[in-house]
Amino acid sequence: MSDLLRVENLAVHIGGLVAIADASFVVPAGQVVSLIGPNGAGKTTAFNVITGYMRPTKGRILFDGAEITGLAPDRIAERGIVRSFQRTSVFTGCTVLENALMALHRRGSAGLLGALFRLPSARREEARLREEAWAMLEFVGLAERADTLAEVLAYGEQRRLGIALAAIAGPRLLLLDEPAAGLNPSETAACMALIRQLRDRGATILLVEHDMPMVMQISDGIVVLNQGRIIASGAPAEIRANPEVIRAYLGSGDWQEAAHAAA
Amino acid sequence: MNTRLRNAAPWLFPLALALVPLVFPDPYLLAVLTSAGIFIIGAISLNLLLGYTGQLSLGHVAFFGLGAYTSALASLGFDIGIGFGLRITLQPQPVWLGFIAAIIVAGGFGWLLGRLAFRVRGAYFVIITICFAQVLRMVALNWIELTQGPMALISIPPFSLWLPGQGVVPLYSKAQNYWLVLGVAVLAFIVVRQLVESRIGRALVALRANESLARSVGIRVTHYLIIAAVVSAGIAGAAGSLFAHYVRIVDPDVFLFIYTVTMVIMVITGGKGTLWGPVVGGLIFGLIPDLLRGRAAPEAQWVLYGVAMILFVMFLPRGIVPALASLKSRA
Repeated sequence: MSDLLRVENLAVHIGGLVAIADASFVVPAGQVVSLIGPNGAGKTTAFNVITGYMRPTKGRILFDGAEITGLAPDRIAERGIVRSFQRTSVFTGCTVLENALMALHRRGSAGLLGALFRLPSARREEARLREEAWAMLEFVGLAERADTLAEVLAYGEQRRLGIALAAIAGPRLLLLDEPAAGLNPSETAACMALIRQLRDRGATILLVEHDMPMVMQISDGIVVLNQGRIIASGAPAEIRANPEVIRAYLGSGDWQEAAHAAA
Repeated sequence: MNTRLRNAAPWLFPLALALVPLVFPDPYLLAVLTSAGIFIIGAISLNLLLGYTGQLSLGHVAFFGLGAYTSALASLGFDIGIGFGLRITLQPQPVWLGFIAAIIVAGGFGWLLGRLAFRVRGAYFVIITICFAQVLRMVALNWIELTQGPMALISIPPFSLWLPGQGVVPLYSKAQNYWLVLGVAVLAFIVVRQLVESRIGRALVALRANESLARSVGIRVTHYLIIAAVVSAGIAGAAGSLFAHYVRIVDPDVFLFIYTVTMVIMVITGGKGTLWGPVVGGLIFGLIPDLLRGRAAPEAQWVLYGVAMILFVMFLPRGIVPALASLKSRA
């Protein structure tokens, strides 16, 4: 199986702080890989570096064999890596349908002339984008909310829209930053189902998540970061049994609870 | 029938405006409406930047002034030395050519300013745009060989247009100029509408709503900001050209900060980021000063102007058009 994403000897220093000391991991195509670790372990930093929002101090990032280290976020998105955000995950002031259309940007190509003169090609594209937007809203179960302003949605729906926006952009690699944060159990279950569906549609997924039962159930592989270093990586069962991982999480009761729950 | 009526409704407004010179052939009224119209075109162009991309350009008058000077100079012709014993000479050109040159030159500077200024956003962008307008004013004041400096460019020919059955005729009458400005305003409105109701417009609004999310779905920030800046500057340049050939005198005061402020007020009170906002705001703030003339002393006028502005910002912070829209949807 080929590795869609390779992170090689990544280091990120922010001022004097070492956010990531030395991290190497791979995300194989077609899998769901979770990046876990205690708060401050460097998970979100890793996301920011992979998607171009931060520059690494050292190391390389390879996507499908090509180096993408240090490219701008929109360039990285053009190559097929799209992320969701922890907090501000939707376009506020716009309806759900408009949100979907905005996220479909990369699937269109109409330019200035097409827009000004409503060229037939631009019109056909517009109709196609609308169809795709509706299909995606149906898929994530937000079609009946199409005309609602994004910020008016219930919290769980907003999170789902956030994931949908990242997925709709047609990424080959989808990075989800704590998609289940703040969701109740049934919403978390729906979120998991959505992630599985997205994988089945062909996306590779890299996930940062604190909800351990979810991580254990959904992941094909897990990478554990602690204090800027990778202390373990492997299948969920291996991670669960890894003494170093348990030590890193010691004191955070929810981990053990989670391990039991998932076992 | 109902939907057909609704589709026709937006056209009724310019149609009614087009009938004004026939129903009320009062030259003073037409003069007031024409100059308000020129500023409304400026406000429509500013709205594209301020309303849809959320970038506050406080030097917008620079493009207006550039358009005015370009068009005036093209139609007057010039002969200047640029050093090294070289001279640039331009014979007087037809006014329509000056109009097109105004759009191109202003749009070109819009591109340049966009390239430079969108690297820095927020307060720094605002400062750069203010400086840009001030620098142009200094150039206009001091490059006397080209611009006549404070002596102003005078005897600018009026706009001339090809009219069916009459050939190319200069537009001297108030009504003709009124129709010209109305026509350009409708065109500017349509250009902005086509743009914002397209994939490009969605990209602009996405940038305003959530820039990091917009970038993460692959929207190229600078690319779209520059498109908006160029189109916006080009339309402002067209307004400047209309101004030059209507007033027929251009001096460095076309770069005054107060004109930018007037346009910003029009956009904000009308409703930034709405198509009709700059039109509504422009009509109100373009007409109030003239309606009050003769009834209130100029000092009292400015005070009223200021109070009205503060009231608008306090009670209708999103502007008149969005407020009316939400009233309508509630009813």
